[in-house]
Amino acid sequence: MVDVLPEAATPTSAPVAAAPRRGPRLTPYLFMLPYALLFVTFTLAPAAYGLWISLHDWDYLLPGKPFVGLDNYQALFSSTSPVFDFFWQSMQATGIFTVFSVPLLVAVPLGIALLLNRSFRGRTFFRAVYFAPYVLGVAVIGVLWRFLLDPNLGAVNAMLGALGLPDATAWTTGLPWAWVSLVGVTVWWTLGFNAVIYIAGLQDISRELYDAAKVDGAGRWAEFRHVTLPGLRPVLLFVVINTILASSNMFGQAYLITQGAPGVETRTAIMYIAEEGLRSYRMGSAAAMSYLLTLALLLISMITFRLFRTKD
Amino acid sequence: MGRIRGIAWYTMLGGLSLIFVAPVVWMIITSFKGADEATRVPPTLLPDDPTTSAYDTLFTGSSQTPVLRWFLNSLLAASGQALLVLVVASMAAYALARMDFRGKKINFTMIIATMFVPIFTLIIPNFLIIDRLGWLDSLWGLIIPGAASAFGVFFLRQFFLGLPRELEEAAVLEGANSWQIFTKVILPLSKPALATLAVIAFLTNWNDFIWPVYVLFSPENFTLPPGLGTLQGAYNINYPVIMAGATLASVPVLILFVISQRYIIEGVSRSGLKG
Repeated sequence: MVDVLPEAATPTSAPVAAAPRRGPRLTPYLFMLPYALLFVTFTLAPAAYGLWISLHDWDYLLPGKPFVGLDNYQALFSSTSPVFDFFWQSMQATGIFTVFSVPLLVAVPLGIALLLNRSFRGRTFFRAVYFAPYVLGVAVIGVLWRFLLDPNLGAVNAMLGALGLPDATAWTTGLPWAWVSLVGVTVWWTLGFNAVIYIAGLQDISRELYDAAKVDGAGRWAEFRHVTLPGLRPVLLFVVINTILASSNMFGQAYLITQGAPGVETRTAIMYIAEEGLRSYRMGSAAAMSYLLTLALLLISMITFRLFRTKD
Repeated sequence: MGRIRGIAWYTMLGGLSLIFVAPVVWMIITSFKGADEATRVPPTLLPDDPTTSAYDTLFTGSSQTPVLRWFLNSLLAASGQALLVLVVASMAAYALARMDFRGKKINFTMIIATMFVPIFTLIIPNFLIIDRLGWLDSLWGLIIPGAASAFGVFFLRQFFLGLPRELEEAAVLEGANSWQIFTKVILPLSKPALATLAVIAFLTNWNDFIWPVYVLFSPENFTLPPGLGTLQGAYNINYPVIMAGATLASVPVLILFVISQRYIIEGVSRSGLKG
């Protein structure tokens, strides 16, 4: 491998210790520079800029963007403001979706991972099959399930009808069906992602712990309770927090499958924020909403973190 | 495993597989049906009269739905971003894995923390920044901002940390500088990791939805995901055409997945290990 080096200098020419230090101390910064430039411009700067915007009556289309202090935030808590109802309606939609999708997306993939963690022929194949929907983007699965769930022409109602079950369910426009659809499609779509992370975690649990449990006469369930779950705790924490964040960011599924229907019942917070900020161009108000939502998520993440810690 | 249990086991796994595969197969089958046949109740399982008319409609569609253009845009944006991610993430990851400098720890923590920052926090200010840069309604806006991905840095840093130091030390002895070590020793050793990251970055960009929906305005500048939204509006219940569009958007990623599923899954599963 060493022969890939350019015309190697004679071994005596470079004192060992001096080489790495001798170069200008700028080197690490130069290596960081391209990434740092992007990171500052598109992650750090916007984080601060957004806060600044939220303190102004920032309408993209108007020349004046007067400073209004915390007015945008106050409006979110004052029931007489024009955004109050819509905003909390959308927060509720995000809340409903998160509350129902997260437990499923934490539990079902764990079951799948336990299945796939045994040794049998074709393991890699099935793992790939269960993971496959995740590589399709939300746009594809959105239009696909909009079709499958079409009350009149969709395959879902047709199959239910063939089984003698009700075949006219309004999957995309009725309640609670719209929620069942959105949660179901999301579980179908992203289950493989969490499963794959669990499998990696399961493989990190030492075999010896299982052997020791066997020696102690532990059954399947006791083994799961006392070896598997504790061993998975860091991975479980990651999955829970990551899934909460992903679910509360839900956008594409509702945008394409239910379009917020019925009414604005399934219009999520992200949908409303994007509409308000990037379609109606009331960016100050939208920025304030996104910061409030971020704050809420930060709190939820911290509480989750604590819950996992105090179990020690 | 006994014979009976073996059969039960594979039947169960096969049944589960059907749940994941059937909808996608249905999408492809439907794209080869005629508009009339797709509205038949109950639907036909296989096309009675297989036709490519949905694809013909798709490709000769109105100027509002230039699908081939979207395909090209998607390809350009996803490849461009994958390339950019490889360059900037590998350089930063190398510095973080192998060099000592002031602020290194803070830098790394900050980068990792952003893996948990929800995208919507930044979407409005980023829209305005893109606007200032003149990148609204252009592919630049799709390629550059997303390249600040924390995942790439995290992923490659882990990989570089696992490389043996001996080769680098040998290179130092022979008088190579940091850049030479990076390009002639580290990168060639990291081909599998770089390929994995490239594929994941490509997929992420190819599938991105919310950002292109809001920063692209002209139909000819769309990528496939916002384009599919447009198709859904334009063709309403002409599902074969919509499914043909969805198939077109799926084929490249499915091919990529079949070729490199081991690496993709390996790369994805590693993102949870440091949680």
